[in-house]
Amino acid sequence: MGKRVLVIEDEPNIIEAISFILSRDGWTVHTHADGETANNKIKAMPPDLIILDVMLPGKSGFDILRDLRADGETHEIPVLMLTARGQTRDREMAERLGVTQFMTKPFSNAEVIESVRTLVAD
Amino acid sequence: MVSFQFLVFVAVFYVAFLFVIAFAAERSAAKGKGKWLRSPIIYTLSLSIYCTAWTFYGAVGYAARSGLEYLTIYLGPTIVMIGWWWVLRKLVRIGRMHRITSIADLISSRFGKSTSLGVMVTLLMVVAATPYVALQLQSVTQSIAVFSQSAGQGWVTDDLDRATLWVAVGLAIFTIVFGTRNLDANERHHGIVIAIAVEAVVKLFALLAVGIFVVWGVAGGIGPTLELIDKSPIAEWDQHSGRWVGLTFLAGAAFLTLPRMFQVLVVENADENNLLMASWAFPLYLMLMSLFVVPIAVVGLDRLPAGSNPDLFVLTLPLAEGQSFLAIFSFLGGLSSATSMVIVATIALATMISNHIVTPIWLTSKGAGAMVSGDVRQLVIGARRLSIGGVLLLGYVYYLLSGGSAALAAIGLISFTGVAQILPALIGGLFWRGATRWGAVAGIGVGFVVWTWTLLLPSFGPDAVVPAAVFDNGPLGLRYLRPYALFGIDGIDPQLHAILWSMILNTTIFFVVSVLTFPQPLERLQGAQFVNVFEHSQGARAWTQSTAEAEDLLVMAQRIIGAGEAQALFQREAQLQGKASYLPDVTPDFVAHLERELAGSVGAATAHAMVGQLTQGVSVSVEDLIAVADEAAQILEYSNRLEAKSAEQERTALQLREANEKLTQLSIQKDAFLSQISHELRTPMTSIRSFSEILRDGDMTADQTVRYSGIIHAEAVRLTRLLDDLLDLSVLENGQVTLNMQRGTLRDLIDQAVSATGSGQAMAIKRRPAEENVPLYTDVDRLTQVFINLIANAQKYCDGEKPVLRIVTRQIGGSSVVDFIDNGSGIAKQNQQVIFEKFSRLTDARKAGGAGLGLAICREIMTRLGGEIAYLPGQGGAAFRVVLPPAS
Repeated sequence: MGKRVLVIEDEPNIIEAISFILSRDGWTVHTHADGETANNKIKAMPPDLIILDVMLPGKSGFDILRDLRADGETHEIPVLMLTARGQTRDREMAERLGVTQFMTKPFSNAEVIESVRTLVAD
Repeated sequence: MVSFQFLVFVAVFYVAFLFVIAFAAERSAAKGKGKWLRSPIIYTLSLSIYCTAWTFYGAVGYAARSGLEYLTIYLGPTIVMIGWWWVLRKLVRIGRMHRITSIADLISSRFGKSTSLGVMVTLLMVVAATPYVALQLQSVTQSIAVFSQSAGQGWVTDDLDRATLWVAVGLAIFTIVFGTRNLDANERHHGIVIAIAVEAVVKLFALLAVGIFVVWGVAGGIGPTLELIDKSPIAEWDQHSGRWVGLTFLAGAAFLTLPRMFQVLVVENADENNLLMASWAFPLYLMLMSLFVVPIAVVGLDRLPAGSNPDLFVLTLPLAEGQSFLAIFSFLGGLSSATSMVIVATIALATMISNHIVTPIWLTSKGAGAMVSGDVRQLVIGARRLSIGGVLLLGYVYYLLSGGSAALAAIGLISFTGVAQILPALIGGLFWRGATRWGAVAGIGVGFVVWTWTLLLPSFGPDAVVPAAVFDNGPLGLRYLRPYALFGIDGIDPQLHAILWSMILNTTIFFVVSVLTFPQPLERLQGAQFVNVFEHSQGARAWTQSTAEAEDLLVMAQRIIGAGEAQALFQREAQLQGKASYLPDVTPDFVAHLERELAGSVGAATAHAMVGQLTQGVSVSVEDLIAVADEAAQILEYSNRLEAKSAEQERTALQLREANEKLTQLSIQKDAFLSQISHELRTPMTSIRSFSEILRDGDMTADQTVRYSGIIHAEAVRLTRLLDDLLDLSVLENGQVTLNMQRGTLRDLIDQAVSATGSGQAMAIKRRPAEENVPLYTDVDRLTQVFINLIANAQKYCDGEKPVLRIVTRQIGGSSVVDFIDNGSGIAKQNQQVIFEKFSRLTDARKAGGAGLGLAICREIMTRLGGEIAYLPGQGGAAFRVVLPPAS
């Protein structure tokens, strides 16, 4: 059983795409589509890596990240932020909040796999 | 020798002659031929009522007793006429503009149309003028007595008193007949004015005739007369300079404040320009009147036996020389002086009493309904007639009390000092806007008390009213309150003492209290009107919102100024307003105009109160306050102009700031919009790229291939639709859209929309096809697009268990509306406006696949088509109302 990746994303087609390529690469993929309950989900079953969207219903990816880093149990989990909001301002915000890596949509599948491998190996 | 009967015959004939002249003048004025009655010569001659019997007889007595001091009485008015003509001009202008009826009316009007101040001034004037009226009666009686003595008929005192009474009665009748013909006191009394003018000529020529006779007939020419003057004590110049200044001032003050002078100067003034001639002609008249005073006095002292009353030299000298006809002429001159003064003084006082005392009391006692139910006109005329009789009766009583023995000049000075107490309030009111009602009340009150205590009461003689002991030790032993030595300052001439203390205390207290008190709004307004009378073209506009009916006002006006005049006034106003009926609208201007007209009859304070009770308006309104503020604005004009400039710069700066803020706001909106678009475009793009890479990698089942290429297709369609919407919105927002106007019916459009959305299976649609038969002329494709959007939204978002959409067409307010109402949970109140904004998807809207542009587009379309779309609250589910554009 491979390492667990939690994908927090609300676009069904994107969830399906990411799940497909990660499973193909041997990862165990969990998905979660709601922002508000995301932090509870993470604490209940801490994954090895989180792939996080920003525009989520209920709670934004930035807020989830902030709470994640503030919590002793979860603050070390690597976070790959994948967002359609590609402006410099968003990137800076994410980095200030302690993101591990920031990628904009649309992404290349190969780059995502590469990043996931790098981040979990660390 | 002149028989008593002949004298009486001459006097009666003379008075009858005056009646005829006065009557003829009134007739002439009534026929509109009285232009000459308003000439400056008549005006100047009418001013000669300043020269009373005191001047005619008393000046000679004065000169015989005190030398040249009598000149001060002429000097004061001369200085006022020549040096202070601008004060007179201001008085006349104010009097005409505000239809002032008396000096009490002027003071009352200036200080906020105050009733109490009007009463106060009236009382002061009546008290002060009474000795003066008595003086005239006394002079007439004395002059008759002179003839009776010379005829050897020696009258006893009782006879003299009776003669005085008959003189008073005669004067009362003349005054009542010619003084109260018209109620409008502001209207000129032509008959009386012309009678005064004739009398002015008679008394001048009489005095000149006596003078010429004395110099050339008795003394033997100018040379011998001058020698006589040189030898007499009159020539010794040992004048008291303080008395000179004090008396000159007093005469000038009295010239302005005497009720009868105010009557002829201001009230009877027909033309402001008459002052031009009067300013030099009247001093000339005074000079002629005083020309022979010293010669007559000197010759009288020289020729007549010692102990002769010098007050009567003007009569006794011709009599002693056997010149009976000259003596009779002189008697007529004296009679003229006395009667003209009494007539005008009683008219002026009667006007004050009826306007400031009787009418207000009657108004208060009757309450609000008074001016429509009672007969004000009869009341005011009756009050005026009674007042005339009352004033003359008072004068007669004073004559009896004072024993008829005091020197004429002394009595005159007592009156002068009394009426001069008005001067500070008058001058202050004309030139100082800070003067207040309380200042005037306090100043006049104190002056009145001081005058009464130091001059009026002592004038009755020791022990008459004031016990002799009080003169020496003060009241209740308070030595500093002694009448002739107030505050312990002793040794001043009593007359000067009274002038000094009353005027100093009056002026000081008027000033101090004015500074300490704050004027009422109406006072400020009137103050501004008076002080700046030359800058104002119209009077105070004290009425703004009137609740009065024109008819009530007419009823009231008829009671006061008479039916004919009132109706003419109202009719004129109605015509000016362009109305067909005779009742005008009750505009603020009209009410103000009406008030001024009424003020001419009953005085400013009463007219204001009467109109106020009918209109029930607050007497001072916001507009008035603005008018006062405007006044202040005028004074501060210069600084205002500076402020205006800086304000303009500030406005420019503000506009720039606003423009900048707008630009910043637009820039922020643009950034947000681009960020939104970017996000909306990137999301389908992400799926397309990811799945196309997966497909390219190969190694997939056939099912997977079909599914993933299906996703790519769907996302591509979504992307296209988004781009279409964006372009559509952009075109609509920029107004570049070309509308394709076509005819159609609403039913067809809704049919199209329903079929385009493929509805009817998942969601039930209920319509009222009968109502949908509405002809349209519009861009039918665009309107259909709106309907499609609304139906599609209902399909996407309606969360009812059995979704139903009702499409209801109806006519509301002349236009057709179509309501789209579903049975879901609707849209929360705070979101009902937001939904029409771009990208305003509400929660979990993503699964519906829209970009949040639909309703924004619908709104733009409806705006372009000339219709409306809005959320319709309170329908249970989500509801949208489309107001269709008009069919034409």
